[in-house]
Amino acid sequence: MAHDHHDHDHHDHHHGSELSPMDLRVRALESILVEKGYVDPAALDALIDTYESKIGPRNGAQVVARAWVDPAYRARLLDDATAAIRELGFGGRGGEHMVVVENTPEEHNLVVCTLCSCYPWPVLGLPPVWYKSPPYRSRAVIDPRGVLAEFGVTLPGTTRVRVWDSTAELRYMVLPMRPAGSDHLDEAALADLVTRDAMIGTGLPLSPDQVVRS
Amino acid sequence: MNGGQDLGGMQGFGPIGFEADEPWFHAPWERRVFAMAMAMGLTGTWNLDASRAARESLPPGEYLTSSYYRIWFRALEKQVVQHGLVTEGELAAGAALTPPAPVARVLKGEEVAPLFARGFPSDRPGPDRPRFAAGDEVTAKTINPPGHTRLPRYVRGRTGVVERVHGRFVFPDSNAHFAGEAPQWLYTVRFAGVELWGEDADPGLAVSVNAFESYLEPARGRAA
Repeated sequence: MAHDHHDHDHHDHHHGSELSPMDLRVRALESILVEKGYVDPAALDALIDTYESKIGPRNGAQVVARAWVDPAYRARLLDDATAAIRELGFGGRGGEHMVVVENTPEEHNLVVCTLCSCYPWPVLGLPPVWYKSPPYRSRAVIDPRGVLAEFGVTLPGTTRVRVWDSTAELRYMVLPMRPAGSDHLDEAALADLVTRDAMIGTGLPLSPDQVVRS
Repeated sequence: MNGGQDLGGMQGFGPIGFEADEPWFHAPWERRVFAMAMAMGLTGTWNLDASRAARESLPPGEYLTSSYYRIWFRALEKQVVQHGLVTEGELAAGAALTPPAPVARVLKGEEVAPLFARGFPSDRPGPDRPRFAAGDEVTAKTINPPGHTRLPRYVRGRTGVVERVHGRFVFPDSNAHFAGEAPQWLYTVRFAGVELWGEDADPGLAVSVNAFESYLEPARGRAA
């Protein structure tokens, strides 16, 4: 995937078998920490496995789909998101205190962390690079419509924009509006419409004709 | 501190540069930095707020031009040295040269799944009664602490409305400097875009922050 990345740490790239300077520095620190007994290499591997292969935005998509089909669940989700998300088996680090905010025709929600990278890990996984980077963090609060336009989202002028800056340990997830033409879909098919960005507020759910179930 | 991390409202950083089908990590070292930061955070030597403070203490020029995992790595290097776990000489040599310092715990591989699935809540018992209630107009204080704070510059001195009272949470400004968790009431405060950015702002914009009680005072010129 090295060919994909384009805007960070160019000087760390390497395309041969040699390790980059950052690989070497990080490896040196890890060997010191392991040798001194501060970290267990098995714990490092378990952490990477957890956040690389077990947790991601499909979790949040299940939460959204459930809220779309089950009005009582939606009410619980908006009232106590942490408990409602836990009902589906998701929770933990980075999602101890969840708040779900609902998009309506009148108001669109957008989540940011201007001060660092706060993001609801149990439902969305680790944040993408752009979420943690200065362009998004700086502009989301002052020019959210401009940010949305960059993501290809144009809201009606009558739709207010509400930005949630994650400045404490509360973590936000957006409950997007159920797309038109999705009445015939079951919960699993609805979840396929829910993108990561729709739950951050930088995107909208896919429409049913954009998704072909495999 | 008014460091490179306090980005809300800055301009000139260019396009957002999102990446289709982005991988979770962009280089092998990023995986290891992520995991080391998590594991070292559980040794009990520091806390999450202290880690944020360490990242923010990088000079703004460095902070703003580093990838996020590089920021984490530089902060981790600083923390292990500051807390006497690793020496500068060891970092330079890439090998352990001194005996280990004691740490409160070492995270084991089998502990990761249950601990991280349970999480690390930040709510605590604290003061009985909140000073503010939903609907109160409040002004974010003008403060410029040299240490860690979670009150972004763009709301300081601005007046908004308390939308929700959340409970009592660890106060980062204290905890980051090992001065105790000092729990405080936490609020969602909503600000109008025109209050934050002036008359040219989008009239349909509102921005909220989560603000600790000591960040707030009754709206200036009004009773609350």
